[in-house]
Amino acid sequence: MTDVAQPSGDTIMEVRDLVKHFPIRAGFLQRQVGAVQAVDGVSFDVIRGETLGLVGESGCGKSTTARLLLRLMAPTAGSIRFDGREIAHIKGSELKALRRDMQMIFQDPYSSLNPRKTVGSIIADPFVIHRMNPEGGRKRAVQELMDTVGLNPEHYNRYPHEFSGGQRQRIGVARALALKPKVIVADEPVSALDVSIQAQVLNLLRDLQRDLGLTLIFIAHDLSVVRHMCDRVAVMYLGKIYELATSEQLYAHPRMPYTGALMSAVPVPDPRLAAAKKRQLLSGDVPSPTNPPPGCRFHTRCWKAQEVCREEDPPLEIKEGGNVAACHFPLTDAEVLERVPTARNVTG
Amino acid sequence: MGEPLLEVIDLRVHFETDDGLVKAVDGISYTVERGETLGIVGESGSGKSVSSLTVMGLTRARNARISGTVRFDGQDLLTASDEEMRAIRGDDVAMIFQDPLSSLHPFYKVGKQIAEAVRAHREVSKAQAWDRAVEMLGLVGIPEPRRRAESYPHEFSGGMRQRAMIAMALANDPKLLIADEPTTALDVTVQAQILELIERLQSEFDTAVVVITHDLGVVAEMADEIAVMYAGRIVEKANADTIFAAPEHPYTWGLLSSIPRLDSPRGEELVPISGRPPSLINLPGGCSFHPRCPYVREAHKRVDPTLDEVPADPNHLVACLLAPEVRRQLWSELRTGVAPDEARKDVMTEEEVA
Repeated sequence: MTDVAQPSGDTIMEVRDLVKHFPIRAGFLQRQVGAVQAVDGVSFDVIRGETLGLVGESGCGKSTTARLLLRLMAPTAGSIRFDGREIAHIKGSELKALRRDMQMIFQDPYSSLNPRKTVGSIIADPFVIHRMNPEGGRKRAVQELMDTVGLNPEHYNRYPHEFSGGQRQRIGVARALALKPKVIVADEPVSALDVSIQAQVLNLLRDLQRDLGLTLIFIAHDLSVVRHMCDRVAVMYLGKIYELATSEQLYAHPRMPYTGALMSAVPVPDPRLAAAKKRQLLSGDVPSPTNPPPGCRFHTRCWKAQEVCREEDPPLEIKEGGNVAACHFPLTDAEVLERVPTARNVTG
Repeated sequence: MGEPLLEVIDLRVHFETDDGLVKAVDGISYTVERGETLGIVGESGSGKSVSSLTVMGLTRARNARISGTVRFDGQDLLTASDEEMRAIRGDDVAMIFQDPLSSLHPFYKVGKQIAEAVRAHREVSKAQAWDRAVEMLGLVGIPEPRRRAESYPHEFSGGMRQRAMIAMALANDPKLLIADEPTTALDVTVQAQILELIERLQSEFDTAVVVITHDLGVVAEMADEIAVMYAGRIVEKANADTIFAAPEHPYTWGLLSSIPRLDSPRGEELVPISGRPPSLINLPGGCSFHPRCPYVREAHKRVDPTLDEVPADPNHLVACLLAPEVRRQLWSELRTGVAPDEARKDVMTEEEVA
């Protein structure tokens, strides 16, 4: 398992067998009666300077994984190495120092900015918290940041409500960039924005990443956005990674039936392609993470499931084409093309 | 063909507020035939939801000024009394809202809520209405419908709640279903299930559907006709194939090139629309898209465009002041990946010479 999660290149983060269970307590004594297995044994590497995507349905554990990476919560088990250092269980001042290297961009540009603070002081907050005095003073540093993300530096003294959704998201990006972090985690950064504004923020993130050499972990449920942004993509289902590949490979040759179904479900903005497609529907909902199905967790909704899928959890291994996937019966290219007509264009 | 099922003519919905008059919908017209699907696309604040809420008679606030005609199956809905509207709403015209949790009552069993919708319009016993509720839940693909009808909304997942909403909307066999962002709050896999379900039920019952969304993918999969709304008006209207293959309005071009899509080569640059949607209180003069339009001319800031037929296609309407040849040339350049600024240079010089 460890070997296949290891891509070539300079790794900045190594995640091994990461587990996060949230206990469920009940009764007078608040005894633990079960656990929500939000993340259940996830291993992958993050390469310096890349954009790694995490996709999956709601409740698959992608946001929990991101919060664990940032150490906004402590993992139940497993290891996270950041720049060669184990950070899974560090505390106090060590943890605070770590925050300088890792920052987050949140989904909701309305609730993630304090309405009573000016934009200038919101973006300067990281300097205050870490008692840093950048060269030329905090104000100048903030105005430079505002300029970097495409905000007018003269609006330094305005309040968040004076900005539109897209501009607020830029404020969030500026705040995340303030300490020159090595890794930025963006959790659904554009899903609250209008279509015409989405592209502005996506282009900004992409340009910044290229210019500043950032490592970006990008979480989204929109597969087209993920493909546009990410170099590699990990597909999660019920707390586990079931497929991991480069964007080119994943979108042209998905191997795990779940990945295929996700792609097949994406509505294509082209009526002719849409009409030609055989939509691969998944029945029902994601099972409860409190009591995940045995064997392959996807078997309850998989149209290729056999007896073995119900009993044995498939290991993550390299499949045809180089994808790392966990599946007993991976998809063939013919099956993919029938269900995901867009895969054809991707290959060309 | 006879009379269209729904005919909206020059509908205007203005709200008086302390800040001024909000022109949420400003003169839109469209028709929906039986069994047909109309997609209304636009961003937040384009008036797409207000226009359909008005059709349902749900914007009769004291500060709303409504004018125009909404004719449904021969009856004028704007002049109908509240009582008449209540008889139509939920019976012949039904609506699905975006957020299924806030549209279901948390205190009542799902089955009871659907049964109540049936009893509001049909003379049936409670037991018959309950059976109808169970039947509808089964029809929309809820497993063990008889047992699940006894559940409360919080015991349902998001996708199941949306199904329950659809079951309730379709319980009285409506002729027209208005779906306002029916899948926006859902995961793609569940979205695909819901779209498939609406399509299946539509073909079974010959229901006309108006689907309102910001997602171009959703309308491409569902709609026969598409209307693109901007700042309270329809700026372009055509059949679905034409909107995607030969769009004529710069705003439609902007929408199409600002979304990343699975069927275009990876790494292609997104071209965002600059600026942001205008305030509906203080609309820009002339063409209301002009502050964001890359091809704007001086004259466009003063002249208001009308929704006119495209020369080659009488079913294709567009409200744009650019000459048809110029538009065609611009689109042919844009679709081959030319940036808007480059494309503009080509036509601007040409027109200035002329």
